[in-house]
Amino acid sequence: MATFDLSDDSVVVVIGSGAGGGTVGAELALKGVKTVILEAGSRHEIPDFINDEWGSFGQLAWLDKRTTSGDWRVATDFSGLPAWIVKAVGGSTTHWAGASLRFQEHEFKVGTTYGDVPGANLLDWPIDLKEMEPWYAQAEDRMGVTRTNDIPGLPGNNNFKVMKKGADKLGYKECHTGRMAINSQPRDGRGPCQQIGFCFQGCKSGAKWSTLYVEIPKGEATGNLEVRPNCQVLKVEHDASGKVTGVVYADKDGNQHAQKARVVCVAGNSIESPRLLLNSASSMFPDGLANSSGQVGRNYMRHMTGSVYAIFDKPVNMYRGTTMAGIIQDESRNDPSRGFVGGYEMETLSLGLPFMSAFLNPGAWGREFTTAMDMYDHMAGMWLVGEDMPQEKNGVTLHPTEKDQFGLPVPNVHFDDHPNDVAMRNHAYRQGAAVYDAVGAVRTFPTPPYPSTHNLGTNRMSEKASDGVVNRWGQTHDIANLFISDGSQFTTGAAENPTLTIVALALRQADHIASEMAKGTL
Amino acid sequence: MRVIDKRPKVSRRGFLGAGGASLIALSVLPGGMIVAADQSWAVTAKTLKPETFATLVQMSRDIYPHDRLNDGYYAKAVQVFDEAAAKSDDSKAMFEDGVAGLNAAAADAHGVSYAQVGWEEERVAILHSMEKSPFFQAVRGGLITGIYNNPEVWPLFGYEGESASKGGYINRGFDDIDWLDQV
Repeated sequence: MATFDLSDDSVVVVIGSGAGGGTVGAELALKGVKTVILEAGSRHEIPDFINDEWGSFGQLAWLDKRTTSGDWRVATDFSGLPAWIVKAVGGSTTHWAGASLRFQEHEFKVGTTYGDVPGANLLDWPIDLKEMEPWYAQAEDRMGVTRTNDIPGLPGNNNFKVMKKGADKLGYKECHTGRMAINSQPRDGRGPCQQIGFCFQGCKSGAKWSTLYVEIPKGEATGNLEVRPNCQVLKVEHDASGKVTGVVYADKDGNQHAQKARVVCVAGNSIESPRLLLNSASSMFPDGLANSSGQVGRNYMRHMTGSVYAIFDKPVNMYRGTTMAGIIQDESRNDPSRGFVGGYEMETLSLGLPFMSAFLNPGAWGREFTTAMDMYDHMAGMWLVGEDMPQEKNGVTLHPTEKDQFGLPVPNVHFDDHPNDVAMRNHAYRQGAAVYDAVGAVRTFPTPPYPSTHNLGTNRMSEKASDGVVNRWGQTHDIANLFISDGSQFTTGAAENPTLTIVALALRQADHIASEMAKGTL
Repeated sequence: MRVIDKRPKVSRRGFLGAGGASLIALSVLPGGMIVAADQSWAVTAKTLKPETFATLVQMSRDIYPHDRLNDGYYAKAVQVFDEAAAKSDDSKAMFEDGVAGLNAAAADAHGVSYAQVGWEEERVAILHSMEKSPFFQAVRGGLITGIYNNPEVWPLFGYEGESASKGGYINRGFDDIDWLDQV
């Protein structure tokens, strides 16, 4: 593994090591570019992962202080935990479920497709599906996505079989075990899924793709990549010409260091990335870096989410096997006759007993709740994930008084549901319950959203510099050598789980950066 | 399909010589030991008053009533509150004052202490009246981990916990559901 000097101003510095940062950093290294990844969290390898929900949460989750506001129920139920994301090498690719779906064509062009939706800050992406297809294909190959590249689908577990039965009875046509970045057969030096059932707690078999043990080691093997864990970037610095020159970060002991850089890629997820730009305000950029549009931190999206759990008179044991074991895609189309624009996916989900008690209906108590828990082994469950409307008022701001361990303002995450989000969620609750009712469910539960796992849009991509923060390459409109490499660059959220698109954009961005560097234009 | 035996394992610890102040199904012995009426388990309150501890056990069962869990599991959860009280005077005061409030409300409504109110429904009505209080929320929130994150209760709900060391479920029933053909 390489080590680079703090004063080496020829390196690309990548902030964050998840789906965006881990991929862009490793790909740059593979292309011969000297790269330093600064990761705020620790490096936990596969043997360190714990098959224990709370234990793993304590090990991996981002638990630094954050505040919440807005009418979303998360602000009430989990006021200090707006997002369930990871602070560790690999970022949230340690925790993710593995669903790897391409956007639909219209989802790159919702400003045009959906028209004027009051209160929604809709905009077309400056790129389209056709342009992204080769990058999606490359991402699917690297990640080993099932049902692509002749990789068979995963076998269906009990939870999937219940969903499939209900889907068939309802007449849904697109129900299968998903396009998952989880090996169904040995591939890329990793074995197949052992149906362990703790996908969210870090995959103990390594069958699930993660930058931690797939991309980053390949990057490190080139001698061009250094990953520094426990290094939290506090500020991006710039010179008098307005180009970024490096970053200031705190190491595990809190000591501060300045790392020089030729290019900086920010990939700290949609809460920390805008927070870093805002915290990097200077006399030249008083509103924060790359914020001439005023859009840094705005248009925060978290997907329309919710879950439906159902109880049957016979056992299911949904916790056995892949957490996200199958999908119904029939509702993912845009069909405004349903009472909302955009669509949603229905994906199986299970929680262990400890997390089920915390998330089934947060705050609930008494026999309505405990008689449900009593039937835990008779439950099946699904997650509902759909496109939510970007709203300018939803977003990440710096807290006026609360400070973190480094004395910097903590982020506040504000979210109000858009009426379209509410209409879609209610439709999804009804359809989810109908799937289980068709299999003979005796009770169903419309479970509210968990803390956000899909955090998107707070540094959005736009054709015009006045509409967003980055251009078609994820390059900030204002500063040529400052890039955004994570889901915060999403213009709109689409119905699909975002990781595949984040990885595809990161591969494309790395290719662009490497070629611009070779041309001497960056 | 492979189903989990959810029956509790019998392990009577046999505490003799009960005969202290009797609550519903618990006795508080002189010296602070709290013993189940059937003597299947006993705990000692270390910081909280024994009567407070025992009332918290009843309150915990009323918040998350699982008829297949004996009071010992609730007592184990309440031990966490006892430990919190040992570390913080504020915490101790919150639990003591909170239980005193429960007893006062029970005395007003029924003329007896909280744990002596006969019907769960009547005790739950008292809890609803104080549902927003920091005391209630601290107890309720603590029970989420105190009860459901106790690996000893997992088999009683049919949850198997850690699986990687057993090879996952690939050969242990991940897809063994056998009743869907009848639907």
